[in-house]
Amino acid sequence: MQQQIVRTEPAERLIEGGHSYESITHKIGSVVLSYKHPKAWYVVTAIAAAGVFMLITSIAWLLLRGVGIWGINQPVGWGFAIINFVWWIGIGHAGTLISAILLLLRQQWRTSINRFAEAMTIFAVMCAGMFPLLHVGRPWVAYWLLPIPNWTGAWPQFRSPLIWDVFAVTTYFTVSLLFWFTGLIPDFATLRDRAKKRISQVIFGVLAMGWRNSAKHWHRYDAAYLLLAGLSTPLVVSVHSIVSLDFAVSLIPGWHTTIFPPYFVAGAIYSGFAMVLTLVIPIRAWYKMQDFLTMKHLDWMAKIMLATGLIVFYGYIMEMFTAFYSANQYEQYLVANRFFGPYAPYFWALLICNGLIPQVLWSPKVRQNVALLFIIALIVNIGMWLERFVIVVTSLHRDFLPTSWGMYYPTVWDWGLYLGTIGFFTFMMFLFVRFVPMISIFEMRDLLHQTDRHHPAAATTAAATPVAHTEVTP
Amino acid sequence: MPQVFHRSSNTLARLSIVTGAALLVSTVLIGSNLSRSPYVTQVGAPVDQPVPFSHKHHVKELGIDCRYCHSTVENSAVASVPPTHTCMSCHSQVWTNSPLLEPIRQSYLNGTPVQWNKVYDLPDFVYFNHSIHVQKGIGCNTCHGPIHEMNITYKAQPLSMSWCLDCHRQPEKYIRPREEVFNVNYQPPANQLELGAKLVKQYNIQKGQLTDCSICHR
Repeated sequence: MQQQIVRTEPAERLIEGGHSYESITHKIGSVVLSYKHPKAWYVVTAIAAAGVFMLITSIAWLLLRGVGIWGINQPVGWGFAIINFVWWIGIGHAGTLISAILLLLRQQWRTSINRFAEAMTIFAVMCAGMFPLLHVGRPWVAYWLLPIPNWTGAWPQFRSPLIWDVFAVTTYFTVSLLFWFTGLIPDFATLRDRAKKRISQVIFGVLAMGWRNSAKHWHRYDAAYLLLAGLSTPLVVSVHSIVSLDFAVSLIPGWHTTIFPPYFVAGAIYSGFAMVLTLVIPIRAWYKMQDFLTMKHLDWMAKIMLATGLIVFYGYIMEMFTAFYSANQYEQYLVANRFFGPYAPYFWALLICNGLIPQVLWSPKVRQNVALLFIIALIVNIGMWLERFVIVVTSLHRDFLPTSWGMYYPTVWDWGLYLGTIGFFTFMMFLFVRFVPMISIFEMRDLLHQTDRHHPAAATTAAATPVAHTEVTP
Repeated sequence: MPQVFHRSSNTLARLSIVTGAALLVSTVLIGSNLSRSPYVTQVGAPVDQPVPFSHKHHVKELGIDCRYCHSTVENSAVASVPPTHTCMSCHSQVWTNSPLLEPIRQSYLNGTPVQWNKVYDLPDFVYFNHSIHVQKGIGCNTCHGPIHEMNITYKAQPLSMSWCLDCHRQPEKYIRPREEVFNVNYQPPANQLELGAKLVKQYNIQKGQLTDCSICHR
């Protein structure tokens, strides 16, 4: 995308199907501007809308009755709310990794998926943010979490990682949203210029914020985008590290470990890529985007999933080793309790979902099998949820005093809220696909320009003007 | 292709940035000022009671001590609203036919308490104990205001957490000698901070603990 970047390796063919600048613009832009959508879009959106209603109902009942409708109690005070918070925040991390780190590392294949993954980040963080806010019990005074001079006359407890969470997550959401919107501005301008109806022209015109494709605009855009990428890069590591500190700073067996921050970050990227695959695979088929979201893209995402999955699995092994090596009876009991205690089925399922099954991704044949890849991604999503369940519940339900041991059973309202956020997330993603270009149009045109330079033979199939940035959108 | 927007849109776009920023700032300012205003806190707003009881008449004009009615204030968490019997200890003799006192006589005859309306209603998650404040030299009207001037009782302080913390952080600003606690005419001396610091020490008030969460939130 940046003109000043000199690419040393010849770029691979990341766009298939002999596209030209015009055909790329048409293929991606027409999804937004046309009224014809695959049947599957209507079906999934309708089901997801039902999920949104379930979410609203669950929240309304919660606000009326309080957190007592959930399964949380002594000794498990952190139930679904924290499990789901960590799960959703983790899912968002793939978007930031793809858009920021892969940009700085000049990985051109990110171009096809960054818009999509960033949208996923934003909606995932929205879902994540709901849980701690509702879990505080009185969300209308949640602004007490912010260090503003409010009328309690007291600052938040800065020594608590829960406050660090507030900063981490709000920063994460703000930067992700700005990054996403900045990347969208040139595409909104394209849509404004292509739209036939006055209302679309006005809406996209306002969103494009007066973008006129001038060299000055591109110059500022490049600087802003690179700056935001630089800002986002530390967030990939910091946000989930801080989330892990919610656990690691406490003295509970199974939480109080130094491996938590890197292990959580790896788990976040692992689950994030699993969610990208879960969503990209069906949408790519329904909207026939195989030319842009090629098998190469799926293959690379599967490889990242495999790599981060191995780091996560290493984390599991180190947890057990640390417990053994510590000679601490509480730590050792925790591991035994995970393997053979009342929640053992969850732990074994977690090992199978996160540790065992993804190993088939070593085989290139599996990585080329779209259906299998989709199933594995779903399994990893479930596995990562189980991981958070095991971390939160097994550590809390049997602590130092056997007299205070107990069990945790989620209620129908726990499930309603959780499934409701999945509905909300899906609903927002499908609205995004419908109303916003799901792949960055101008970056794809630029990518075509880059690859054509290295493959002169293909240039004949592409459009005549090879200067994407100064090209006037038709 | 015609232009989508008129030239004036540029001005509107710039204006919207300023307006957005101003809106954000003013929302915060309005919200924070409104939440502190008497409209929300009800400071100074007299509370309707079944009998228009006047503290001014009983305390200032008749000189009755606080503890004659609020008898448990020195030993208990609550100061206690007096039972009807306490009212009748005088009003069986004076103003026996006053129509204003009819609810009191009815209560006495039926044995059902008068339903007074709470003026100082602390949130349920706050633990407050009158006796410790009285024992450590916090005067009645430090919190309850010029009670001896009130015809109908009103709230004199906002009861916000920052108001509580103001004293818990610097008790020497408000503390007075124990024997002056029930003196509604007490005026703090010119050297209040000096005397206050001395009393804090003398009464063994642990300032470091006063702002612990669990002091009030148990």
